[in-house]
Amino acid sequence: MQIDMDEVLEILHRYPREKRHSLAIMQDLQHHFNYIPREGMEALAEYLECPLSSLYSMATFYRALSLKPKGKHIIKLCDGTACHIRGSVNLAGGIGRLLGIGAGETSADGLFSLELVNCLGSCALAPVMVVDDTYYGKVTLEKLPEILNKYREEAAG
Amino acid sequence: MNRTILVCCGTGCLANGSKGVADEFQRLIDQRGTDARVKCYVKRTGCNGFCENGPIVKVMPDDIIYYKVREKDVAEILDKTVEKGETVDRLLYRDDQGRPVKHQHENPFYAPQHKTALRNIGAIDPTRVEDYIAAGGYEALKKALAMTPAEIIEQVKRSGLRGRGGAGFPTWRKWQTAAEQEATPKYVACNGDEGDPGAFMDRSVLEGDPHTVLEGLAICALAIGAEEGFLYIRDEYGLAVRNVTTAIADAERHGILGDDVLGSGRRLKLSVVRGGGAFVCGEETALIASIEGSCGEPRPRPPFPAVKGLFGQPTVLNNVETLANIPVILKDGGDAFAAVGTEGSKGTKVFALVGKVKRTGLVEIPMGATLRHLIYDIGGGIQNDRPFKAVQTGGPSGGCIPAHMLDLPVDFDTLKSHGAMMGSGGMIVMDDRSCMVEVARYYINFLAEESCGKCTPCREGLRKMLEILTDICEGRGQEGDIQLLEQLGHTLQDSCLCALGKTAPNPVLTTIQYFRDEYEAHIREHRCPAGVCVKLTAFRIDADRCRGCTACARACPTGAITGAVKQPHVIDSSKCISCGSCREACRFDAVETEGRDAV
Ligand SMILES: Cc1cc2nc3c(=O)[nH]c(=O)nc-3n(C[C@H](O)[C@H](O)[C@H](O)COP(=O)(O)O)c2cc1C
Ligand code: FES
Ligand code: FES
Repeated sequence: MQIDMDEVLEILHRYPREKRHSLAIMQDLQHHFNYIPREGMEALAEYLECPLSSLYSMATFYRALSLKPKGKHIIKLCDGTACHIRGSVNLAGGIGRLLGIGAGETSADGLFSLELVNCLGSCALAPVMVVDDTYYGKVTLEKLPEILNKYREEAAG
Repeated sequence: MNRTILVCCGTGCLANGSKGVADEFQRLIDQRGTDARVKCYVKRTGCNGFCENGPIVKVMPDDIIYYKVREKDVAEILDKTVEKGETVDRLLYRDDQGRPVKHQHENPFYAPQHKTALRNIGAIDPTRVEDYIAAGGYEALKKALAMTPAEIIEQVKRSGLRGRGGAGFPTWRKWQTAAEQEATPKYVACNGDEGDPGAFMDRSVLEGDPHTVLEGLAICALAIGAEEGFLYIRDEYGLAVRNVTTAIADAERHGILGDDVLGSGRRLKLSVVRGGGAFVCGEETALIASIEGSCGEPRPRPPFPAVKGLFGQPTVLNNVETLANIPVILKDGGDAFAAVGTEGSKGTKVFALVGKVKRTGLVEIPMGATLRHLIYDIGGGIQNDRPFKAVQTGGPSGGCIPAHMLDLPVDFDTLKSHGAMMGSGGMIVMDDRSCMVEVARYYINFLAEESCGKCTPCREGLRKMLEILTDICEGRGQEGDIQLLEQLGHTLQDSCLCALGKTAPNPVLTTIQYFRDEYEAHIREHRCPAGVCVKLTAFRIDADRCRGCTACARACPTGAITGAVKQPHVIDSSKCISCGSCREACRFDAVETEGRDAV
């Protein structure tokens, strides 16, 4: 994927050149590109005049940041306690069977990435799954194919 | 008469489609326009705490509350309730006896609640500072501006308020220490990281009443002499981040915050920092490191943040719910606040009551209520009337409390003396189909992943405990494993750098203490009594009880179940993956589990 450096720079310039904004900038890069491209990391190190290694250690420390490209749709499957005891593990298995991916992986067609996340703050609707920004509550293995197919059909046009 | 329609637009109700409902109300009201007999406003509120039954719609001043409202119900609510004051019976909540419940305060879920921290949520539009002010907001800040720091701290001391973030440290003492420091500048910060998986109290407050948190933080700033503050909020809480950001901008525009706080000449600049999704960042020193723009790793204390915190300066960090109580304390006085609760734990506490309980949601009750009251009176008991097994309190640092302790009062000190803790307020209820060994494994897995790796006992100890627990759950457990877990647990309690590691063994130690027989069944008989551990469980259908309703066959993800309608079904064990979907689907209790020799 070709990274548009203008987009990267626009994001950097939203913040003053202080190290304390590094996390916020990386989060914005992550939101924009679905991951933090190498070009982004290098530009940020230059912008904040800090070693690339210190940014790298942050990017690998914080769960919300990723250095690898993600799929078009991000499935966040909640494995917080409330969801766990209402069967989230089975859902992970179900997604695995439907898409052939495990947690942290991206499907071969680049359409989906699966992330197992901690509590999404909607425990009353457990088990909860979020695809991009859409919440699905009380998800069952039975409902999974229908939910995922919607995104597949969309992609197929 | 004018009427207001309150549509719950918290994360839970939005997930259930409340945006569409609110839009539909607005559309129809606009369409009816001036012809309508009744003037009517739509207000989008924060989470009412009963998300499972959302979207929730309230009609005021009649105080009629509807649940599970769909877009197609909107016209009927306008015709009947708004125009004529009649109720739409089918949208009312049914209590345990099946009677319809018209008002919120008659609902068994809400009736016993005592709202302090949550007082405004569900009644005001969190994006409108005018609403907060009309509800008495920022009165306490005005009052505080006329007081000395010592007088403010005195009120907080009299209130007996202890931190709601988990540790229960007396709030006034932190403030006092920071106030005594000579170094300037000083900072205030709000901990909105809410990392406990299975808890959403703070999300609800930040989303549904952001100004109360700002007001609490501003009063704290006056008490210690700070001019800058931060709210550290989980990035996953998108709506909370948006509402707090809006609230800060509105408060500045109204001259409540900013360069001249309510015309007093005092300055207070607040900003939001989004968390990076690491559990350990909820720990105060790690959170400070994260705001400063580095990895969120804890450091040894002392020095405590009140002496040396953000950027090396005196800093007070308080939890969201702690801060939400502050305006009430200043307004009504510390003594009034202290009139509620127990000797050592004053005021109320918000709990996220979740898991296998009939009514799940956010509950605020006075400290000292019993677990039984919470789970049975408010929660309505266990789903499908199955037996209660345990309640997990306090998140990953907490413990599992068994049935014979249901009459314990919930406060900071009682649960601690039983190896658990109240923690930040997560209450996860488990029935006989929850495996306690698997729950312990789940928490240790969570903590092993979230351990920052800085200190060895936590990093290596958790990894080893996880290995042993996984072995037990998969049928490779051995005699002596339980003792080894206990030993490791005590080592971690004694030697870890921060409270993450020090409290990490709690879920394991309490489950061993109260459910040792389950561990032994896994180790000696290769059997999971709850039928959860996949490698130790086989499923079977009892032909006598099976009515052939086909529910299990439809629920089975691998097509392992066959049988004709109205005939007993059978499971093909070669296709079965032991996921338990059939057992959940069966309404006749016909699906049984048995041990499976795994090794
Ligand atoms: C591993 C760990 C995670 C924590 N997570 C949170 C959290 O998510 N929210 C919170 O308010 N406090 C959390 N705390 C407690 C904080 O360190 C701190 O005690 C608290 O924010 C102080 O505020 P309070 O006195 O108002 O409770 C955590 C502590 C530890 C050790
Ligand atoms: S545990 Fe899944 S939403 Fe809270
Ligand atoms: S979001 Fe509506 S009740 Fe929780």
